[in-house]
Amino acid sequence: MNIRLTKYYYGDIPEENTGGGAGTVTVKDVAGWPLWEVFIRSKQGLDHKHVGSLQAADAQMAIENARDVYTRRSEGISIWVVESKHIHASNPDDAGAFYEPANDKVYRHPTFYDLPEELKHM
Amino acid sequence: MSVQELEKIFQGKVDQEIKIEPKDWMPDAYRKTLVRQISQHAHSEIVGMLPEGNWISRAPSLKRKAILLAKVQDEAGHGLYLYSAVETLGTPRNQTIEDLHSGKAKYSSIFNYPTLTWADIGAIGWLVDGAAILNQVMLCRTSYGPYARAMVRICKEESFHQRQGFEILLVLSKGTPEQKAMCQDAINRWWWPSLMMFGPKDGESTHSDQSMTWKIKRKSNDELRQQFVDMIVEQAKILNVTLPDPALQWNAAKGHYDFGEIDWVEFWNVVKGNGPCNKERLEARRKAWDEGAWVRDAAAAFAEKRAARQAQQVA
Ligand SMILES: [Fe+2]
Ligand SMILES: [Fe+2]
Repeated sequence: MNIRLTKYYYGDIPEENTGGGAGTVTVKDVAGWPLWEVFIRSKQGLDHKHVGSLQAADAQMAIENARDVYTRRSEGISIWVVESKHIHASNPDDAGAFYEPANDKVYRHPTFYDLPEELKHM
Repeated sequence: MSVQELEKIFQGKVDQEIKIEPKDWMPDAYRKTLVRQISQHAHSEIVGMLPEGNWISRAPSLKRKAILLAKVQDEAGHGLYLYSAVETLGTPRNQTIEDLHSGKAKYSSIFNYPTLTWADIGAIGWLVDGAAILNQVMLCRTSYGPYARAMVRICKEESFHQRQGFEILLVLSKGTPEQKAMCQDAINRWWWPSLMMFGPKDGESTHSDQSMTWKIKRKSNDELRQQFVDMIVEQAKILNVTLPDPALQWNAAKGHYDFGEIDWVEFWNVVKGNGPCNKERLEARRKAWDEGAWVRDAAAAFAEKRAARQAQQVA
């Protein structure tokens, strides 16, 4: 006999159409709101850092929503938003070749230079 | 490169604890598992607002109302972080939401139980958020970068959820006989469903399981459940309440508490849609979506108008 053991993890119950009275559902497009990436400066003097993304109709709404979602506990003093489609990224598959030129230039690091111990403050 | 080679590189990264990022190559099944799991998690945050939302207008004081409102607002944020993480895997938000509304996608069964008294809000914070936190702390180290980062943010916010719940119960446990009884009754009703939150019992092949190999999960259901029981039994002593399980007792040899068998028939019943509130919860979500349509339309129209006005000013 062939017994197949199926195992489900916490929060990973298999899907099927029995969830609670399946009916006909119409989810209209969310008016085509674009996706925005959110960057937050946590305090004066620090860089803006990527914290997540959200959907919004325009930039102002994106900033207001980002305030409500990402700074409820004073995590930030400045917010940048940029539409996700405007972000261009390097290709992770090319990472090896792309960053390779840095590998053989050890002289860019201060530890490359052998200097006498008595030399101070350098 | 062949799929086998790509899979080897992928598993190599996972084994070395290098996070997988959205643009990295990943096996289709890994992507599918993540989409299913993260969207279920997102739906749980969203549907999870409903049982507590029931008490926002009924909270016993302005302070409690403000706290509950803040907690429920946090859960909405958690839903958003997780929907965004699903989006990074290439599944559009509308699809994810549609799967919830059609009943295809699951969410945590715990939210299909009703909140009958104010003490239930305490019990949810203490037990339900408590159980969720154990899972989420584990997921902070999950192999998929966006999921892990969402979990770190969520865990930071969750820490007050469990504490406020415990505090509600603590106050009741020191109150009038009626309040004490209300506290005990809520715990009696929420204890077993909370244990069910960790899912079915482990099969025999736990550690060879795919989710473990991919390091999406790092602990089995039973490991997490045991961790939960050990934690809660000690905390219950402070509340001076009992947990509704006669089999609950310290096992010195194991260094853990033994506990009784979960009613798996009830578990699968609720999962399959026959819990006390399944229909009500989905109805509420669909209604909120439909009745919110005009807000979404208005926001889009306003954005369009604003863009046109700005274009005019520039010209
Ligand atoms: Fe949450
Ligand atoms: Fe929570």
